[in-house]
Amino acid sequence: MSLLEIKNLHASVNGNEILKGIDLTVNPGEVHSIMGPNGSGKSTLAQVLARRESYEVTAGSVTFDGKDLLEMKPEDAACEGLFMAFQYPVEIPGISNAYFLRAALNAILKYRGQDEMDAMDFLPLLKEKMRLLEMDDRFLNRPVNEGFSGGEKKRNEIVQMAVLEPKLAVLDETDSGLDIDALKIVAKGVNAMRNKNRSMVLVTHYQRLLDYIVPDFVHVLVNGRIVKSGGPELALKLEEKGYSWTEPELAGKR
Amino acid sequence: MITATQAPEKYLEIFDQLKARTTDQFDWLQKQRQEAFARFAETGFPTTHDEDWRFTSVAAVANTQFELGTSARIDEKQLEAFDTSDFACRLVFVNGHFASELSRLPDLSKGVWVRNLAKDIDSAEGAVEDFFGKDLDFQRDPLAALNTALFEDGISVEIQPGIIAENPIYALFVTVPGATPTMNHPRNLIVAHENSQVTVVEDYVSLGEGITFSNAATELVAGDNAHVSHYMIVREGDQAYNFSTLRIQQGRHANVATHSLLLSGALVRNNVHPVLAGEGSECLINGLFMANGRQHMDNYMLVEHASPHCDSRQFYNGILNGQSHGVFHGRIIVHKDAQKTDAKQTNRNLLLSDDAQIDTKPQLEIYADDVKCTHGATIGQFDDNALFYLRSRGLAEAAARHLLLLAFANECLDRMNSPQLRDHLEKLVVAGLPEAAKYSGARSAEGAERNWGEVG
Repeated sequence: MSLLEIKNLHASVNGNEILKGIDLTVNPGEVHSIMGPNGSGKSTLAQVLARRESYEVTAGSVTFDGKDLLEMKPEDAACEGLFMAFQYPVEIPGISNAYFLRAALNAILKYRGQDEMDAMDFLPLLKEKMRLLEMDDRFLNRPVNEGFSGGEKKRNEIVQMAVLEPKLAVLDETDSGLDIDALKIVAKGVNAMRNKNRSMVLVTHYQRLLDYIVPDFVHVLVNGRIVKSGGPELALKLEEKGYSWTEPELAGKR
Repeated sequence: MITATQAPEKYLEIFDQLKARTTDQFDWLQKQRQEAFARFAETGFPTTHDEDWRFTSVAAVANTQFELGTSARIDEKQLEAFDTSDFACRLVFVNGHFASELSRLPDLSKGVWVRNLAKDIDSAEGAVEDFFGKDLDFQRDPLAALNTALFEDGISVEIQPGIIAENPIYALFVTVPGATPTMNHPRNLIVAHENSQVTVVEDYVSLGEGITFSNAATELVAGDNAHVSHYMIVREGDQAYNFSTLRIQQGRHANVATHSLLLSGALVRNNVHPVLAGEGSECLINGLFMANGRQHMDNYMLVEHASPHCDSRQFYNGILNGQSHGVFHGRIIVHKDAQKTDAKQTNRNLLLSDDAQIDTKPQLEIYADDVKCTHGATIGQFDDNALFYLRSRGLAEAAARHLLLLAFANECLDRMNSPQLRDHLEKLVVAGLPEAAKYSGARSAEGAERNWGEVG
């Protein structure tokens, strides 16, 4: 059974249709990359999957782990095992990273009928994941993302992913704005999370990330539709030629 | 110019009775009381025509006949609810009268003087003669005038030069309402001589329901290079009127931090008035007020920079729910010679209901020409992006809101230096946070959280 099944997904924001019929199947253990020019709808797709209410789904269906994702609230999707790494992670002054993450993990554990973790058990788990993303222990008690550089915020997203252990991780332009060193660290963290049961959808604008996180499938999203799909070599072709060469394909459809 | 209600005759009767009881007090004090009462009789209570009281009507107080509260017999068990047993040094006042049987004054180290004020006055000891009434100006403030005229007791703290007072000094003011409305006027004097350090807590609570009027005044004098941490908690009952004035006087390089937590009361007015009189002194005014129902909480700051190179910071966070009304009036006066002043004021408010209201008014009066003064205020609801971020990690909407409220309150708590007091106030905040669905993880999580500073 597929983990994620998107069929003919149409979505709008403020009355403007952004997604114009997306079809995508992601099986367990697969890493898919979605690439496209600015404005193509990449982030919109990520936000719709994460159940952002301001994005209105006007047609289509999304099945996640056999369940109707579009019926779920954001917290339900997260508890069912969906994680989105934000393009622009939010700062929350007044709550430490440690406190927040433990609250999140416990919400998910509780949903699954498992025992919640106390601070003493949680701390070593969190420290282990932080080490993976080369984040200093000082980050534990600092307010969520407050004063973090762009790179630190993105690494923090991957720390969260590592702690919450989702079935499906949607990474929304995790590489944008990162220098090569930060990129390598993020890739290391993401790759450490790859296994046959976990799937990932990497939404990226630049190809470079895919040198480090080699996807199984690459899809090109242009004007709200997936116009081309292929293997990792497709990404290299896009880097070489840009996105415009895909447009004749688009003209050819409908 | 103040146009005010006239002081009812009853106050004169009460003052005359008090005068008769205090004929043994210092002549200068009796004279000061007389002048203060005369001033109050002249102006009466302030009205909303007075610029400093524009958003707050005290008509309910002015129109109620209050008797001075008498001491009531209460036992330790009744105080358990207030959770002060961890404080080694605790003075308890009941309806404004010192309750020695409930107070604990452990063997304080040499140079640390803590007593109830009435005892210092009666025995002519302590800092009273040198410091009482020197800074609090009852001419300009009717409530300070009323306090000076009618006070009976409060705390008297004096720390000798170079002395570090290890334990916080906790003053618990318990108001026990009676069948008819009562009032009390606690008067506190805190003197930290040069190079000394002390932490003082004032906590205003009620035992039972009923109409009461607490009108407190504290003079806090910080000598050169002294460090004072002051905490004030107001958690009186739903029919309580609580007014307080904290008048701070700072010498060279003196550092004073005052933290206020306003949790309940029908009408709470919190005045904080530091004067940075010595060069290089610093003041932090850190407050959190949480109002619900029809409560009214008014925070009036008057920060005076009277000397060069002084820093002041005001951070006030308000959480307004129900039909409550919050006020923040932040005045900064930078006097002519106060060059290189660095003053900052920030008031942030969360409105949780359609009927909650906040009036926020900065007022900067700058007479020097080389200064840095910034002020800012925000009024809003929960940040949608933050809410979504939390929900996307599995937190249900109610839990996410609660976490954001806690985060907002933590901005204030995080500025408190004393871990013991931070924990104490945090428990009160968590218990007082609005929203029916209290996130069950909050308390235990916070308790455990404290360990991480040591571990991590």
